[in-house]
Amino acid sequence: MTTDMLGKRVKRVEDQRLITGKGRYVDDIKLQSMAHCAILRSPYAHASIRSIDTSAAKAMPGVLDVMVGADIPYNPLPMAWPAGGSAGLKNNVNSPRALATDSVKWTGEGVAAVVAETPEQALDAVEAIAVDWEPLPTVVDAEKATQPGAPQLHENAPSNIVFEWSVGDRDGTAAAIDGAEVVVRQRLVNQRLIPNPMETRGDIGWYNPGTDEYTIWMSSQTPHIQRLLLAAFVMGVPEHKIRCISPDVGGAFGTKIFTYADYPIVLLASKRLGGRPVKWIEGRRESYQATIHGRDHITYLEIAGKRDGEITGLRVKTYANLGGRLSTIGPGIPTTLYARVLSGCYRIPHVFAEVVGVYTNTVFVDAYRGAGRPEATYVVERAMDLFAAEIGMDPAEIRRRNFIAPDKFPYENPSGLGTASGGAKIYIDSGNYEPALDKALAMAGYADRAAAKGEARTRGKYLGVGLSSYIEVCGVAPSKWIGAVGEGWGAAMWESANIKVHLTGKVVVTMGTQPQGQGHETTYAQIVGHELGIPMEDIVVQHSDTQGTPFGYGSYGSRTSSVGSTAAIKAAGKIREKARRYAAHMLEASVDDIEVDGAEYRVKGSPDKKKTFQEIAFALDLAFDAPEGMEPYLDETAYHDTPNCTWPFGTHVAIVEIDEATGKVDLVKYVAVDDVGNKINPMIVDGQLHGGIVQGVGQALWEGAVYGDDGQLLSGSMLDYALPRASWLPNLELDETVTPSPVNPIGVKGVGEAGAIASTAAVANAVNDALKPFGIRHLDMPLTPQTVWKAMQAAKGAQA
Amino acid sequence: MIPAAFDYVRATSLDDALARLAAGGGSAKAIAGGQSLLPLMKLRLARPETLVDIGRLAELKGVRRLGDGRVSIGGLTTYDEMLRDMTLHRYGLLADALPNIGDVQVRNRGTIGGATAHADPASDMPAILLALDAEVVVRSVRGERAIPIAGFFQGAFASALEPDELITELRLPGGREDLGSAYRAIEQPASGYSIAGVAAIIGARSGDRWGFCSVAITGVGEHPYRATAVESAILGGASFEAAAAHACDGVTVASDIHADREYRAHVATVQVRRALEAAAARLA
Repeated sequence: MTTDMLGKRVKRVEDQRLITGKGRYVDDIKLQSMAHCAILRSPYAHASIRSIDTSAAKAMPGVLDVMVGADIPYNPLPMAWPAGGSAGLKNNVNSPRALATDSVKWTGEGVAAVVAETPEQALDAVEAIAVDWEPLPTVVDAEKATQPGAPQLHENAPSNIVFEWSVGDRDGTAAAIDGAEVVVRQRLVNQRLIPNPMETRGDIGWYNPGTDEYTIWMSSQTPHIQRLLLAAFVMGVPEHKIRCISPDVGGAFGTKIFTYADYPIVLLASKRLGGRPVKWIEGRRESYQATIHGRDHITYLEIAGKRDGEITGLRVKTYANLGGRLSTIGPGIPTTLYARVLSGCYRIPHVFAEVVGVYTNTVFVDAYRGAGRPEATYVVERAMDLFAAEIGMDPAEIRRRNFIAPDKFPYENPSGLGTASGGAKIYIDSGNYEPALDKALAMAGYADRAAAKGEARTRGKYLGVGLSSYIEVCGVAPSKWIGAVGEGWGAAMWESANIKVHLTGKVVVTMGTQPQGQGHETTYAQIVGHELGIPMEDIVVQHSDTQGTPFGYGSYGSRTSSVGSTAAIKAAGKIREKARRYAAHMLEASVDDIEVDGAEYRVKGSPDKKKTFQEIAFALDLAFDAPEGMEPYLDETAYHDTPNCTWPFGTHVAIVEIDEATGKVDLVKYVAVDDVGNKINPMIVDGQLHGGIVQGVGQALWEGAVYGDDGQLLSGSMLDYALPRASWLPNLELDETVTPSPVNPIGVKGVGEAGAIASTAAVANAVNDALKPFGIRHLDMPLTPQTVWKAMQAAKGAQA
Repeated sequence: MIPAAFDYVRATSLDDALARLAAGGGSAKAIAGGQSLLPLMKLRLARPETLVDIGRLAELKGVRRLGDGRVSIGGLTTYDEMLRDMTLHRYGLLADALPNIGDVQVRNRGTIGGATAHADPASDMPAILLALDAEVVVRSVRGERAIPIAGFFQGAFASALEPDELITELRLPGGREDLGSAYRAIEQPASGYSIAGVAAIIGARSGDRWGFCSVAITGVGEHPYRATAVESAILGGASFEAAAAHACDGVTVASDIHADREYRAHVATVQVRRALEAAAARLA
């Protein structure tokens, strides 16, 4: 009997290759006669290009080709998700060209590409390109960019505004705030972050002159979408003439969802060379200027309620910095994925959000782990603490008091999730928030916090405790919603799976989703092994190649475990059903009399009359004796469109200590109680939570992209952009409650983003709590020693 | 992140290395562990025409006690080798600083001679050498000279080292039983370099007075420096806190995106006080 591995802490099957250096990333692929590409990037944040002289570069050793914007016949890159969907809200769209032609809008925008025999020669030749620049005035701050007199980036975007979008009950919220017993207002900055996947991006373009087909190896989360977008919107090459392959992808965090300029560049470069493959690999410093950034909101929040702690209204105005031009789904992140979930796990009756998307002379901003929901959680969780402080209530108590009660599900939130759903009913389908809060408080020793604060003071430290209760929209998404007019990006979001059972009984599962470190090769094998009653070792999971995998939308938005897994379960069900029909034929029984127990197909009441799954596969794949009308082979494909998103939730508690003398913050304890439903592999869930929590802590304490007023990225490398290190963190104490999701057969919810969504607010709340004795209400992140110390000094000065 | 083209030669002996540096006439650069030089080359901020690899010159490695009681550290000795050397364990400030320099890879490759020659204004080791009043022994085809550390660091990435010279050893005074030492720093989190790092040695207490005090600071000024105003205040009977207030006297305090002048000057005083307290605690 095969052991069922679903739900078990199985070691990841891909780790053996990935951690012993045997993975195969884009840069590991070396093709015959491959040439190398390097891109000249603008040193100015805003400039006109008067002329470009490439003659010296063309004469450099090994140089095969130099391209400028005018050499590239292709269209600008697509921007697929305007704010408000296609409902007619005006979006002043400017998306990047493969190479800039007339002007550049941020330091790092590509202006020329060199192809040479070696990467070194390509880089040397890039330095020999002479550009005659006319520098222009710059603006990097989204709020300032909208003000009169600010430098203008685009003719079609007055005041640098991409869109002005709003959602919710404007009048009701205004009335709730105007008539409230208590209103708290705060300006919050959710600072810009630079994602740092361990593998930077890179691609190899190959034009096959024999077949007139294009192949691109790309470090991407979305090979199928990239093929579609390149074909339909960029290159004018039909879809069946483009093949996209994502080999092993070394982390992404959202950055590798999008259509980047280097894709058409390497494909065109290969064609211009008559079919020599052309590789481009992004350097780390280049990654900071060529790959999307995350977050970057300035938000004015108002939260209203009663003195007894009941919250009655929440209103925000957010300036979302989208960069110098728009990335693929940039406007969708601070609108649909942010403002529609602003009220989080609370039943706030009146919510209104206004979002202004803004161009600035900075790198484009798009989805970064959590994508809109960390920003929303930060707003509402800071708001809850600010309100609690104002009325003198315990932060745990105010959360408890305003949670959506367990008997209120399904719950339609007031930010219009339900109304916006284009025919699909998007509502929060399940939840039970208080047990997770209670468990987290107990684990954190919350009741003893006063004593802990007192003890810390004897050591010259100020201790703070911060809570963050969150929900997440995972498992995106019903196609009717995300593709709906007025909401999403006009495309579907279902998933696909194909299962082939070969005649030896070995199984190949081919998925439309695209791993980038999540362990799909393990989790899908656990699921399919469970469904078919066969050992994981008999299953191989394939993905990542548009030639051979069914169309899929890729992996992001914590969607794979819910949407992708259900596709795999459906495909396995089809396999099981066909095997059952063939078992009936083999056993000379009626199909209705065949019962399936794991890999055994038995005649009911005659337990000795049975065939194994492997015997059936062997016979059916050979099909010497197939019954009339039954096709050979066990080979089934399934597509799954989810009826709803999934709604993980939980409470995280952070405890920090602040050194009074230096302002340095130490995170001394971290507790996370997450409800991600059932788990396919709890070890992988723990890993996702660990990584996500640390990324969120990084934002609270260390990370932040810093631009000079001239648009130079001052935090332009890892020497100046501080990523978290293991030694700075306490042991992360994880626990769970389990409320299975009703939208998929295994009750999973998705967990890729949960940690990052919750942890930033928990740590920020803890630091602000620690600073209460100084009368400090709020500090913006990152909460560096200098920021904290200066605030303490200012407060001491004010108190003196 | 690919350096500009350069020539590479591996020195077969110290004399060979010195000859090649001399022949390079300023365009040749010695490379030991490469932990400072290679990142600059990859960013194309440094473009030496020739790298002279001295990494395998065994004669420049290791720690030994000299006849006069001083301790000599070969220029090619890595941080990790220093960490594991029992002779150096008696120097409290080294024991404090070494485990926090860079990361494991940096400590395995980075050398004390390389760090000293690089003269990074925020590097830890220069402050320690300054506090210890070390001597930098350098050699070129023109001969050998011993440079007192006090005059060695002259600016950001600028030192008394001539382009054709190599640091062969660093000589530290032998440990004194009546002195205690410590190193305290607050780090810039991205790079790990110090926003303010302080090496302190104190002792020879007689009655209610300290008879010896040496304090050096890195990360704060244009180059690491001896905080002489702090030292004289201590010797004059000031409290640690009062003396620490003089940490930045006469120094143009650096400012960057991680710490402005006000904050950096403040934490310098905090770290001076803490380093002095820790050094004094080691005496007891």
